[in-house]
Amino acid sequence: MNESAHLWLIPLFPFVGFLLNGILGSRLPRRLVSAIGVLAPLASFVLVLSDFGATIISAASSCRGCGQVTALALPAVESLSYPWLAIGALRVDFTFVLDQLSAVMLLVVTGVGFLIHVYSVGYMREDPGYARYFSFLNLFLFFMSVLVLAGNFLLMFVGWEGVGLASYLLIGFWFQRNSAADAGKKAFIVNRIGDFGFLIGIFLVLSTFGTLSFGGIAAHLSLEPALHGTVLTLICLCLLVGAAGKSAQLPLYIWLPDAMEGPTPVSALIHAATMVTAGVYMIARTHLLFDRAPIALWTVAIVGAATALFAATIGLVQNDIKRVLAYSTISQLGYMFLACGVAAYSAAIFHLVMHSFFKALLFLAAGSVIHAMGGEQDLRKMGGLRTKLPVTFWTMTAAVFAMAGFPPFAGFFSKDPILYAAFLDGTGGKLLWFVGLVTALLTSFYMFRLWYLTFLGEPRSETGHHHATPLSMLVPLVILAVLSVCGGWIGLDRFSAYLAPAASAHRPMPTGNPGLEFILSVAAVLVALEGWLIADKYYRRKTERPAQLAAALPTGYKLLLNKYYVDEIYGAVIVKPLFAFSKFVLGGVDLMLAGLAWLLAGIASLAGMILQRWQSGNLRSYAAWLAAGAAAVLLFLLLTGSPHAWSLPFFHSEAIFKVSHITVIQAGQAGH
Amino acid sequence: MSFLQHDVPLSWYLLLSAVLFCLGVVGFLIKRNLITVFMSIELMLNAVNLSFVTFAYQWHEVRGQIFVFFVMMVAAAEAAVGLAIIIAVFRARSTLAVDRIDLMKL
Repeated sequence: MNESAHLWLIPLFPFVGFLLNGILGSRLPRRLVSAIGVLAPLASFVLVLSDFGATIISAASSCRGCGQVTALALPAVESLSYPWLAIGALRVDFTFVLDQLSAVMLLVVTGVGFLIHVYSVGYMREDPGYARYFSFLNLFLFFMSVLVLAGNFLLMFVGWEGVGLASYLLIGFWFQRNSAADAGKKAFIVNRIGDFGFLIGIFLVLSTFGTLSFGGIAAHLSLEPALHGTVLTLICLCLLVGAAGKSAQLPLYIWLPDAMEGPTPVSALIHAATMVTAGVYMIARTHLLFDRAPIALWTVAIVGAATALFAATIGLVQNDIKRVLAYSTISQLGYMFLACGVAAYSAAIFHLVMHSFFKALLFLAAGSVIHAMGGEQDLRKMGGLRTKLPVTFWTMTAAVFAMAGFPPFAGFFSKDPILYAAFLDGTGGKLLWFVGLVTALLTSFYMFRLWYLTFLGEPRSETGHHHATPLSMLVPLVILAVLSVCGGWIGLDRFSAYLAPAASAHRPMPTGNPGLEFILSVAAVLVALEGWLIADKYYRRKTERPAQLAAALPTGYKLLLNKYYVDEIYGAVIVKPLFAFSKFVLGGVDLMLAGLAWLLAGIASLAGMILQRWQSGNLRSYAAWLAAGAAAVLLFLLLTGSPHAWSLPFFHSEAIFKVSHITVIQAGQAGH
Repeated sequence: MSFLQHDVPLSWYLLLSAVLFCLGVVGFLIKRNLITVFMSIELMLNAVNLSFVTFAYQWHEVRGQIFVFFVMMVAAAEAAVGLAIIIAVFRARSTLAVDRIDLMKL
């Protein structure tokens, strides 16, 4: 049934939406713009859902062994018959592959993406760039679905870069504000560094395997079970650099907090459905390579754990509601990397899906809060919003509990398997588990801090004139809240079984026992509870304590508040020397080159100035030059040439000349 | 025919032709009046005709003489068309100074 797949339609819908809204949007009525913008991802979502449902049925029916597989055979591969690139032995096609992994990812991308589109209709209602906003949003989904569906590295890279472009456009959406324009540029440039690593990785893959298609690489690897070594490690480390750039891991995470400058639904889209998930997805997609490169895998785990802890500590003290969420995203992505690093790919993807539910919800709810507060984002000025925004409060509560990892919310089901897998993993696994556990404590603390500061207590500012929240903003909140509560009930086991053909580790996995898993779960929940209690104590019962603590530990507090001064360090260590070097190049080398160019241009223009005298426009001067030229040619021939060399065509040869000469003389004498 | 050969050498004809041609060139270059310029062109054509005839006689080549007829024919046609143009120009511009009528547009 592969012919009924029509995978290319999935990215096509958002692309058409992008074109329509991008080209005609400003002339269309606002309702039509919203309709196009919202229907495009919906159409893709329905398409994915139909394919996805079919795969579920096929998986189920093949499990029972009834053999009546009427659905899509996975992986469904679809490529355009026309080769994209054919250079020598290398052939790259437009190949779309739908397997279990990309189906799940697409479901998240288009599903959560669709909800965010719906939310945007209400949130961006009064923005003058309404059509532009929706066209960029659709572009984002287009590139993301290309990335996810890509069947080879090159097409994935196209989507990868496109996502970067779309994020740049959306983060800098309010480009009139300098900070927004700068944040867009920062995101783009930092992503470029990651893309560089990714590109080098792709080149290495090409030189090692001679092909870029994932299927080809998998076949190659299965033919050579002994293939290990430095090249694979190098490839994986390069890919890790790319993934770290896109998924905001240490040391390339710095763009994500600044990405808050975009409209809040964009933050939700970047943090939940698209963009940052790309790195995790890429590692899961290329896990066959990572499985053969234990050092690289180990690096992934360390980077993930370090990022999780690092970002969580910063998140403790931030005062901007969106910044807290941004650091929590980085921290949660660290969990996903940690899971990838211990080869628990399906756990990583499961957490990715659950995280996309509650993180999208958190951002959309935060957007609703900001909307109601009239643009205020400072947590210290909020408070007491529980009664004023009941729907937002309850949905956000679900998200906070999910994020903190309380059962039966989604985060519990996805976070615990990661910690469990880390605990089981080899020698350093216990350390990774411990870091993960500490992070869970911090996560729980800062999420409840945000919750208390926003919704409970007394209102701390009078500036907020409370807008009513439109229905288009509330419905996505409720849907996402339901998913955040119930999403985890799928259970990792069923999820892993479904994903197994596409993302199960090809290396021996350590086996644990249910008792250990239960104990670890209890530990994680207790830790989350502890985080809640601390937050409760600090922000409800003894609200003066945080300030006292900050005063008692000024260095530590300042360090965290200023995000470990990472931006400043990068500025001093990388940006400034680069800037100085650029200035030197501009002042020295560039001036020299420019001088050379000016010299050449000067010669040409001087020659032109002299020669233009000839072009006087005076007819008689032209005639004079013509006559002078003719005279000069004549003179030249007279002085240099022998008469025979330029004899006229009349005289075919010297003989005729002589003969006729004689004849003339004879004739003359005869006439006489 | 005899006076051609004995009284006047061949080179004199050629010299006369050259002098006439140069007069034509100079007239073409320095005169402002369109009619004079036109006459200078005719002068050059006739100077060339003279050398054609001279050489034709010298080499007993009839082709040179035929060429002269062609040149005269073209010159006559040119005179007819050219004079008509000159009259039209004068009517339009009320001047025949070549420097003043160097634009196609009025």
